[in-house]
Amino acid sequence: MTTSVRIDNPGSPPEPGHALLEVENLHVEFRTRDGVAKAVNGVSYELHAGKTLAILGESGSGKSVSAQAVMGILDSPPGFITEGKIRFDGQDLLTMSEKDRRTIRGERISMVFQDALSALNPVYSVGFQIAEMFRVHRGASRKEGMAKAVELMDRVQIPAAKGRVKDYPHEFSGGMRQRIMIAIAIALDPDVLIADEPTTALDVTVQAQVMALFSDLLKDSNTGLILITHDLGVVADVADEIAVMYAGRIVERAPVGEIYARPAHPYTQGLLASIPRVDRKGQALYAIDGLPPTLTRIPKGCTFHPRCSRVQDNCRVDVPPLYDVGPQRVSACHYWEDVLAETATTADADALTDGEPSSVRTAQGDRRG
Amino acid sequence: MGRYVVRRLLQMIPVFIGSTLLIFLLVNLTPGDPLLNLAGDRALDPTVRAQLTEQFHLNRNVFLQYLYFMQGIFTLDFGTTFSGRPVLDIMKDAFPITIRLAVLALLFEAVVGLPAGLIAGLRRGKLFDSTSLIASLVVIAIPIFVLGFVIQLFVAIKLGIGSPTVGVTTPWKDLLLPAVVLGSLSLAYILRLTRTSVAENARSDYVRTATAKGLGRKRVVTVHLLRNSMIPVVTFLGADLGALMGGALVTEGIFNIKGVGGTLFLSITRGETATVVSLVTVLVLVYLVANLVVDLLYAVLDPRIRYA
Amino acid sequence: MPSRQSPSDGSETRSAQGVTTQQSGVRPTGDSPTPILPAASPASTAATRDADTDAGDISGSTGKPRSLFTDALFDLRRKPMFLIPLVLILFLAVVAIFPGLFTSVDPRFCQLSDAAKGPEAGHIFGFNRQGCDTFSRTVHGARASLEVGLLVTVGAVLLGAIVGAVAGFYGGLVDSILSRLTDVFFALPLLLGAIVFLSSFPNRNVFVVSFALIVLGWPQIARIMRGSVIGVKDADYVLAARALGAKDRRLMFRHVLPNAIAPVIVVATISLGIFIVAEATLSYLGIGLPPTTVSWGGDINSATDALRTTPRILLIPAAALSITVLSFILLGEAVREALDPRLR
Repeated sequence: MTTSVRIDNPGSPPEPGHALLEVENLHVEFRTRDGVAKAVNGVSYELHAGKTLAILGESGSGKSVSAQAVMGILDSPPGFITEGKIRFDGQDLLTMSEKDRRTIRGERISMVFQDALSALNPVYSVGFQIAEMFRVHRGASRKEGMAKAVELMDRVQIPAAKGRVKDYPHEFSGGMRQRIMIAIAIALDPDVLIADEPTTALDVTVQAQVMALFSDLLKDSNTGLILITHDLGVVADVADEIAVMYAGRIVERAPVGEIYARPAHPYTQGLLASIPRVDRKGQALYAIDGLPPTLTRIPKGCTFHPRCSRVQDNCRVDVPPLYDVGPQRVSACHYWEDVLAETATTADADALTDGEPSSVRTAQGDRRG
Repeated sequence: MGRYVVRRLLQMIPVFIGSTLLIFLLVNLTPGDPLLNLAGDRALDPTVRAQLTEQFHLNRNVFLQYLYFMQGIFTLDFGTTFSGRPVLDIMKDAFPITIRLAVLALLFEAVVGLPAGLIAGLRRGKLFDSTSLIASLVVIAIPIFVLGFVIQLFVAIKLGIGSPTVGVTTPWKDLLLPAVVLGSLSLAYILRLTRTSVAENARSDYVRTATAKGLGRKRVVTVHLLRNSMIPVVTFLGADLGALMGGALVTEGIFNIKGVGGTLFLSITRGETATVVSLVTVLVLVYLVANLVVDLLYAVLDPRIRYA
Repeated sequence: MPSRQSPSDGSETRSAQGVTTQQSGVRPTGDSPTPILPAASPASTAATRDADTDAGDISGSTGKPRSLFTDALFDLRRKPMFLIPLVLILFLAVVAIFPGLFTSVDPRFCQLSDAAKGPEAGHIFGFNRQGCDTFSRTVHGARASLEVGLLVTVGAVLLGAIVGAVAGFYGGLVDSILSRLTDVFFALPLLLGAIVFLSSFPNRNVFVVSFALIVLGWPQIARIMRGSVIGVKDADYVLAARALGAKDRRLMFRHVLPNAIAPVIVVATISLGIFIVAEATLSYLGIGLPPTTVSWGGDINSATDALRTTPRILLIPAAALSITVLSFILLGEAVREALDPRLR
């Protein structure tokens, strides 16, 4: 069933393992009447074919903005990319002509948005909106497009797809709408799929189904997935690598198993500690003190220093680079060794229950000590 | 869809009864001798008095009077003018002219207002946007009779473009200038409505999705942005056709057009109140029907409404 | 937010039905239901919500928090589009209240021998067709226009706001009845309705004309007020106040009205201009203010026959009328822009 929808991409598909998408030192700012908000301040990451990179962060950390920059759909003005490179398959997307960019957009890099109800056009049937991909990019006829749409709706497991292809977005449930969004995104079998908080607007049970659909669809494909989320629970099962963002910077990047077991940045440590856990029932839930910074006035030095429990004098002045803290992992903390050492001792003691990622108890001990 | 239509039609009934009753009361509950009021400035001789008493059933009670009034509406019996000509007869001559004028005005609004609004909406904050916004406010602020005279004076009389008055046969080309005057107010509204609608939808998630799908700018604008932005505009245009019929009053008066508005204008200036009331009643009915049609049109354009 | 109508965008005089249906409840709210990341303190959720995708929110959280009204005022103080019409309106108010400050010529002193005479010393705009001083009549005409405009606006806003607020606040049967009543009055176009009413009215004056316009003008305010109240009354802070045991009256005056009144203020300002136009049009048609009252509409009416020969007689009151109306519309527009965060 899946192969029938696929139409081969022009050019050779990228080999697995090769860096498909490279974001290098990306800076994005929003110029508003109240000043310049620096939403993304030097973000770098790589995405490999067939892999999943999770970008984790609070609202305002710049995770969605950086994805929009990759996609080329930043609202501009007020948003501007001021520095950096975005390379896809070796080509720099930012210097490319708009025409070339458009052939990549939707066809080779596609995106799933958070709120499918507003992301789908209310006055066109879902079939029309899926078929549009084939009609515009492949020159398919209206009829062919609709046939493809039905196939895709089947593929994203929408019951009675044939009967519902002419229905409008508001006639579907939230989960079904998100499946339609996904159908549009995977229609042309893209190399990179960006999912921007794809489950945030959904009920918890539906969240799990949608995530399962993602794993299912991408299981045997070469498509690289960028999963943007603030939900640590969503990430653990799907991601290969996690990048944690704070105030427009990546503060830690590591393979998924490691980051849960041994975070190397105090912010990550705090995030993990704040997950409610059944085995800590009755204890107060941990919360990181303070607020994320206002993007028009980002603190000097380490952006996290006003909220950090282990802050030192140099944290207030020196911007921490991304230190290599282990194989394939980096941390933007001057004292990553201390953090790592501390988490290492407790990680062993912390039993993994039901395959859930382990969390860190020390952060809590520290604060309540 | 069917249910929506039925519901709208049912909702229309009390509004229809209410508005006709309101017109009736506005006319009949004014202080003084209703016949003297109806006669306006004219002296009332006994024959006319008897005729009017009969025509307005003033010898019956108010409720019955209203029923007769409604009966008149449904049987298309709108009474006669002072000169004894049936109002319906006048309407048969006048309506085609007014409809012609209104259609021209509507075309003018749509052809100029829509593209201008679209451009302004897409280039929000730019020079074209701010200029057209201010220009539209100026047009809204100038009363239509002032605009009418100014255009008549400067364009038709001084520049010799178009005709200051419309000939007896009401040729199309004579109607162009009046149509511009009549349509100008709505043009300003359409420009602003389109502009707001486009600017708002341009930032909507589904337009961003369309861009993310790799659609060209032209397709994003025409297929996705415009289709949605047109919904309020098209419904405005529909309702405007009804409103223009009434709005034609001043314009037709100025350019001496023998349409419904021109006739109404003459009746007002001559103080022929009975004719005025009949004509206005018909115009209000046209307006009500136009609004109903627009509501139904709305359901056709926006799939979300059909099931609401 | 979605219930706020943009008044000068067409919904103003007609066809508001279509526009409102579209805006009711189709869009979901932007709140993300269960944020799993730590919200550092309860107060931060509002500030950080959606900031990720919306640059406007990022900018909104700078500096000390400002309320919508103070923010709007702060904005308006620097805007020429607000200050110019404001100064003009204040000037017009002075003209209307103390016309004697500007001219000592009696607007009702007319000599047919002066008819349509050009400007001369002491009569800078010359004379009209009846031989009255054009400048003096234009100065004195301001009062009638502003009186009617103000009376109608106050009346329509009071009536409309009460009906709309009650309908929106109580909902249910009350709402149904009041809304249908509003529909009935709304179905009558302002000008046509006023013509029917006034053409059979014997002794017209400022109050009669104003009454007619109030009767026909209030439904628009009622609709906007109703929509606005409905939008506000289900807000969390109102529910919270209700849960704390606040009585209806307190809820209404303390929590709902202050937050729902902004769109009404905007529409009222713009409507003032529209009502002045309506009065002038009626007077121009000869069924508004009687000829004994000095009014711009009436003066324009009496000048029409001289359009080809001495257009000045018509253009001067017409210009005064247009500038007055434009001032109110510009003022309302500036306030609307300042109060509507979406337009920033």
